[in-house]
Amino acid sequence: MALFGTGAIKGLMVTLGYIRRKPFTTQYPEEKLEQSPRFRGNTFVWYEERCTGCATCAKGCPLGIIRIVTHPEPHSQVGSDYHVDVFDIDTGRCMFCALCVEVCPYDALHMGGDFEQASYGREEMVISVEDLKAMPKKPRTQFRPQMEMIGHTGDDELDEHEAGRWSL
Amino acid sequence: MNVIPDSGATNYDIEPVLLNLGPQHPSTHGVFRIRALLDGEEVVDVEPVFGYLHRGSSKLAEERSYTQVITLTDRLDYLSGMSNNLAYVRAVEALAHVDVPERAQYLRVMMAELMRIASHLMALGFLINDLGAWITPLMHMFREREKVLDLFEMVCGARITFSYMRIGGVSHDLPPGFDAALNAFLDDFAERVAEYEALLLENEILVSRMKGIAPLSGERAIECSVTGPNLRASGVNFDLRKQAPYEAYDRMNFDVPVTQNGDNWDRMWVRLQEMKESARMTRQCMAEMPDGPTRTPADFFIRPPVGEVYSAIEATKGELGFYLVSDGTIAPYRCGIRSPSFINLTVLRELCVGWKLADLIVNFGTLDINVGEVDR
Ligand code: SF4
Ligand code: SF4
Repeated sequence: MALFGTGAIKGLMVTLGYIRRKPFTTQYPEEKLEQSPRFRGNTFVWYEERCTGCATCAKGCPLGIIRIVTHPEPHSQVGSDYHVDVFDIDTGRCMFCALCVEVCPYDALHMGGDFEQASYGREEMVISVEDLKAMPKKPRTQFRPQMEMIGHTGDDELDEHEAGRWSL
Repeated sequence: MNVIPDSGATNYDIEPVLLNLGPQHPSTHGVFRIRALLDGEEVVDVEPVFGYLHRGSSKLAEERSYTQVITLTDRLDYLSGMSNNLAYVRAVEALAHVDVPERAQYLRVMMAELMRIASHLMALGFLINDLGAWITPLMHMFREREKVLDLFEMVCGARITFSYMRIGGVSHDLPPGFDAALNAFLDDFAERVAEYEALLLENEILVSRMKGIAPLSGERAIECSVTGPNLRASGVNFDLRKQAPYEAYDRMNFDVPVTQNGDNWDRMWVRLQEMKESARMTRQCMAEMPDGPTRTPADFFIRPPVGEVYSAIEATKGELGFYLVSDGTIAPYRCGIRSPSFINLTVLRELCVGWKLADLIVNFGTLDINVGEVDR
């Protein structure tokens, strides 16, 4: 039986070895870690030009927090062109599961990478269609292998032609 | 030596004290409450009280489509979302007779084993935290878990709520650059495990606090339906990955660590060894993974035929089973969850009675409960 305490000292030597190493932690607000291209942030990227107003995303959402109101464009054929009047996503209840992104058949909705979305009230957390239009078009590659193929990392802007499986 | 001064009286009139541990107690791993009856420092009786984290997952599942329920399973045992996903989608696949491509099977095994590493790291870290080695070892283990979560973020975009598995496969193939990241992690991890062993296994305080404390016999463990590392620490070699291999486990080379004493030390040791085996399996998956599709196309609103199924996997904490009843609609008629944490709690009382209060915290810690899974 070894002398009582030698095991503990052996453990302390491990800790002592850490003096020479660089810290693993980052000082968050000053330094930021880089997100991977598929990272699901707390925002969405929506391309008005690609969206047909089919509301598949609203059906696919497990929580039913997407609200879509559309009206048909004048002089358009049935089922082709709808104008989206309301596209509310209540991010206060959203769990950022990306099921809405997965089911969108026209690649109009994508996850965004921003995660600093604190606000002072629940109402401010609802993303309206104006907010969606104004948001920077930096989609993440979650469920979008075509973006990975062109080497998109989620940091650059993509226009509506590059974002989809096919150009408009 | 008797430290109580002898006042001449021979019969102390001692009343047991009822002590509430939790629900907001740093060592109860979430919102879990233990009512302990104490005679001095000795535990006379223990009653776990739970329900503080009840979210009604079973009921919520009844009004969501089969694919949407995957998001609920992430939140059962929030330290091992991948295993929960896997258990659930396997149940749906059995119900709807969906085949899984081979590449997806390997991906599932790989993710489940990485998840096991992350979950056991947390179990060990918090256990040692409870033992009084305040935050240092926990932070070492958090660092490794962080790297596993980074890998998960590369694959599925989330760090806790993965929703990675899908009915008929997995949602994403591996991203470019994943091999290198995984190999870097595994190389580093082997060193780190050696470091944990140097840090922990010879420490006299740990040894004296854990060796021989609260033993659980194999027979008693089987009687109480204990599963997972807790069962294997008691000398019962039962692991669903070996006994009823699912996905690609029949092609994996791995040993199941089993110890005989069933005390706190063994329960910790088994977890430490399982992490090594998991790392080995992850490496093998990476090497042997075939090319091909990762998903059999299945409807988003899949309608399995009328029937019922129970399907279980070896999750990080034990046998995690899902009991699903389908009435032919898009949502399950019933979704029952056999959660290992909840059933392993059966033995909490006998592990603690007769030991000191300070041991209660450790016994509870070695059982490795996750409250999200206890309350569901
Ligand atoms: S990310 Fe999930 S919860 Fe959020 S809106 Fe999309 S489907 Fe709904
Ligand atoms: S975002 Fe996609 S799914 Fe949603 S309405 Fe537009 S096209 Fe349809």
